[in-house]
Amino acid sequence: MISLPLEHIFILACILFMIGFVGVIARKNTLFILMSLEVMLNAVGIAFIGAGSVWEQADGQVMFILILTLAAAEVALGLALLIRLQRRFQSLDIDKLNRLRG
Amino acid sequence: MSSTTIIPLELLFYLAGFIAIVASFKVVMGKHAVHSLLYLIVSLLAVAVCFYFMGAPFAAGLEVIVYAGAILVLFVFAVMMFGLGKDEEKHAPQTSGLTIWFGPSALALALLCELIYIINSVEQHNVTAINHISPKQVGSLLYGPYLLAVEIASFLLLAGLVAGYHFAKPDGQKHSNTIDKIGENQ
Amino acid sequence: MTTNLSMLAWLPFYPLISFFILILLGKRLSWFMASVVSVGAVSLSAISAFWLVQQLAISDQQVITVQLWQWFSLGNSQVNFTLYLDGLSAVMISVVTGVGALIHLYAAGYMKTDENFSRFMAYMNLFIVAMLLLVLGDNLVLLYLGWEGVGLCSFLLIGFWYQDKNNALAARKAFIVTRIGDTAMAIALFMLFNSLGEFNINHLTELAAVKWQVGDQQVFWIALLLLGGAVGKSAQLPLQTWLPDAMAGPTPVSALIHAATMVTAGVYLIARMHGLFLLAPEVMTYVAWIGALTLLLAGFAALAQTDIKRVLAYSTMSQIGYMMLALGAGAWSEGIFHLMTHAFFKALLFLTAGSVILALHHQQNIFKMGGLVKKLPIETTLFAIGLICLIALPGTSGFYSKEAIIASLWTSPTAGPIFWWCAILGALLTSVYSCRLFFLTFLGNSRASSGTHIDNKTDPKIEVNTDFSAIMRWPLYLLAVLALLGGLFSTMLDQQLAIIFANTSLDTTVAEEFEPHWLHIVAIATPFIGIVFSWFYFADYRQTSGINHDAAFAEKNSRLTSFCLHGLGFDWLYQKLFINPYCFIAKLNRKDIFDQIIMTSRWYVDLWRSALIANQNGSLRWYAASLGIAVIFLLGVALL
Repeated sequence: MISLPLEHIFILACILFMIGFVGVIARKNTLFILMSLEVMLNAVGIAFIGAGSVWEQADGQVMFILILTLAAAEVALGLALLIRLQRRFQSLDIDKLNRLRG
Repeated sequence: MSSTTIIPLELLFYLAGFIAIVASFKVVMGKHAVHSLLYLIVSLLAVAVCFYFMGAPFAAGLEVIVYAGAILVLFVFAVMMFGLGKDEEKHAPQTSGLTIWFGPSALALALLCELIYIINSVEQHNVTAINHISPKQVGSLLYGPYLLAVEIASFLLLAGLVAGYHFAKPDGQKHSNTIDKIGENQ
Repeated sequence: MTTNLSMLAWLPFYPLISFFILILLGKRLSWFMASVVSVGAVSLSAISAFWLVQQLAISDQQVITVQLWQWFSLGNSQVNFTLYLDGLSAVMISVVTGVGALIHLYAAGYMKTDENFSRFMAYMNLFIVAMLLLVLGDNLVLLYLGWEGVGLCSFLLIGFWYQDKNNALAARKAFIVTRIGDTAMAIALFMLFNSLGEFNINHLTELAAVKWQVGDQQVFWIALLLLGGAVGKSAQLPLQTWLPDAMAGPTPVSALIHAATMVTAGVYLIARMHGLFLLAPEVMTYVAWIGALTLLLAGFAALAQTDIKRVLAYSTMSQIGYMMLALGAGAWSEGIFHLMTHAFFKALLFLTAGSVILALHHQQNIFKMGGLVKKLPIETTLFAIGLICLIALPGTSGFYSKEAIIASLWTSPTAGPIFWWCAILGALLTSVYSCRLFFLTFLGNSRASSGTHIDNKTDPKIEVNTDFSAIMRWPLYLLAVLALLGGLFSTMLDQQLAIIFANTSLDTTVAEEFEPHWLHIVAIATPFIGIVFSWFYFADYRQTSGINHDAAFAEKNSRLTSFCLHGLGFDWLYQKLFINPYCFIAKLNRKDIFDQIIMTSRWYVDLWRSALIANQNGSLRWYAASLGIAVIFLLGVALL
C-alpha cells in the first residue's frame, strides 16, 4: 500500500479543525455554527484514524465510532434546541442568547 | 511500498484532502443553509476517501453511511421541515465583510501555526506504511475491551433521543405555554 | 508627714472632681449649686496649697514628693505620675489656686446670667487642674500633659461664646500659634530623652551637668527649642499674635488664663529647667533679647489700642517680657517674684475692667467711655491701685519686683547695659499707656452713648449700671490688698527660691564690674517722668470742662497709630509670609496629590473590573473565541 507521513495527516486534520473553528466564532446563525462543529468533529476523527493506522491498531477506529455516536446525539439535540430558539426569538441569531452577561 | 502507476496513490489522498478543505471553506462561508449542508456532505465524502487511503475502510464506510448518510440527512430534513433555512437575510446581514472574518481568521491562523510547529518538532518521522485494518479487527475490539464504552454510547444515544423529542415538541402543551408566555412578556 | 503627702496628692484633684460633676450634671444644677461646687473646689485646693507652703517653710525638708501611680517605663527610665513640691512649685501653686479661687468667685457673679454657666465653670476648673499638673509634675512628660491641658482649656474658653464666628477664629488662632511652640518643646523633649535617657527633671539636670560642658552644641539646641515652647505659651516674640485676639473670651478667662497663669507657664518652664539653660549662655541671651524686644513692642502697641482689654493684653505681654528678661539675665528669683506680683495686679486690672464693661453694657471701646469717676468710684479706685502697681510706683509690690529685675540687668553676664536701657524705656512706656488708659476710661466727660455723636447735650445717656453683687467686689478688694502689700512676700520668697536656685551663679568674669551710681535713681524716677509726661500730653482726655474736642477723641488714623494698633504689623507679616503661601499651596493641591496616588490602586482595580465585565458579555461566540485564545497562549508558553 501507500505510505504517508503522519505529519501530513495531522496537518490535514488541523486545517480542517481551524476552518471549523473559524466558522464557530465568526457566524451568527446557529445552524451554521452547528455545521462548523461537525467539521471540527470530523477533523478530530481524521487525526484519530491516522494515529491508529500508524500503530497498526484498531483503537483509532473505535475512537472514531465513539466520536460518530457523539456527533449523532449532538446533532439531534442541537437541532431540537435550534427549533426552540426559532420559536422563542423568531430568529436564529445566537447573539440573542446573551442574558447571562456580567 | 509506493505504487508505481501513472498517478501515485498518495496524490489521490492529497487531492481528496484538498477537496475536503475547499468544501469545508464553502460550508463555513456559505449564505444558504442547504447549500452549506450539501458542501458539508461533499467534505465528508472526501474525508471518507482519505480514510480509505489511510488503511481504514471500515471507518470510510461508516463515515459515508452513518455520518453523511444519516446525521447530515437528519440535518437536511430538519432544516427543510422546520423552515430553519428561510430567514437567512434577516439573521446574517453581516456575514460578508473583512471586519467580521479578520479576527477569527487571525486567531485560527495563530493556532494553526502553533500546532504545525508542534507537529513538526517531533523528531520521529513516522512514515506510515499504511496497514490495512480490517473490520473484523475493529469488531473484536468493540466486543472486547471497549464493550463498556459501547454500552455507554448507547446511553448517550438514548438520552439524545429523549431530549430531542422533548425539546422539539410542538407548542400547545402545558409546559411550553408558560415558558413562551414569559418569552412574550420580555 | 503623711498628711502632707495626702494633701499634696489630693491638691490637683478637687477641681477635677468638680469638673466631672459640672459636666455630667450641667444644666440640672442651679447657679448657686454650680458656683458652690466650682468655687469650693478651687478654694479647697487653695487652702491645701497654703497649708503645704507653710509646712514647707517651717519644716527642714525642702521638698515634698508623692508618687500617685506608675505611669509607664521607657527604656531605663520610669515616668511616674509624681507630684513634686519645692519652693518654685510652692510659689506657683499659691498663685494659681489663690488668684484662681478669687477669679472663680468673681466669675460666678460675672457669668451669672449666661445660660452655659456650668460649662464655663467646668472649663475653668479643668484649667486649674491642668495648670497644677504642669507646675507640680516632677517629670517632663507630666509637665507636657499639663501644658497641653492648659492649651486645650484656653481654646475652649476663648471660644466659649462660639456662636460668634470671631470668637471661634480667635480660639483657633491661639491654639495654632501655641501649637507651633508646643512642637518645638516636644522636639526638645525627644532630644533630651535621646541624649540623656531621662525625663525626671532633677535627674535630667544632674545628668546634663555631667554630660555637657557649658556652651555645648547639643544643649544649645535643646535649650533653644525649650525657649520656643515657652515663647509660644507666653505670647512673646515671634509667637505673640494670639494674645490680643484671645481677649474675645469672657473677662474672667482673660484674667485667669491670659494674665495670671497660663501665659506664665513659659516663664515657669524656663525657671524649672534653669539647669539646662545655664549650660547654654547664648540661649539665655536670646531669652533676654526676646524679653526686651517684646516688652518694647507691646509697649508701643498698647499706646494705640482702643479696646480696654487689648491694652491690658499688650500690657501682659510686656510684663512677661520683663520676666523673660529677668530669666535671661540669670535673675531667677526676681523673675518668679515678678510673676507673682504681676498675677495680683493684672488679675485686679482685668476683673475691674470686667466690672466696667458690665456697667457700660458690654462696651469695650475706651473712646466711648469716660467720666466714670463719679459713677463708679470703687472701680476707679481699684483700677488706679492696679495701675500704680503696674507702673511700679514705690511701695507697691510691683515696685519691688520690677526694680529687682532692673537692678540685676546691668551686671549680668548674659545681659548687659543695653538691656537695662530697654527695661527703662519699657517702664516709661508702661506708665504712659497706663495713664492714657486711666484718663480715657475714667476721667474726662462721659462719652458713653448709643450713637456716634459725642455731644452730650442732645443724646440720651446710657444708664451706667452700678449695681454689683458682693461676690464681684470682695475678690477685687483682696486682690488690691495683695497688690499693694505683696512686696512683703519677697523675703519669704527669696528664702525658698534661693535654695532651688543655689549654685546657679553664672560666669561673672565677662560682665561689667562697675555699676554706675545713678542706676537706681534713674530706675525709680522713670515712672514719675512718664506720669508727668502723660499728664500734659493727654490733657484733653482728662478734662471735665464742657468743651469736647471731637478731634481729640476721634480715633486717630495716622499711619503710625494704625501700625501700632495692629500689633506693629505682625499679623500682616505672618499673613503674607506664611498663611498666603500655605493657602496657595493648599489650593494647588485641591485634588490632593497623595489621595490621587492612592487612588491609582483604585484606578487599577477599576481597569480590571471593566475588562472583566466586558469579557462576560454573554455572547457564546466570544466565549468560544476566548477558549481559542487561551489555547494559543498556553501552547505559546509551553513552546517557549
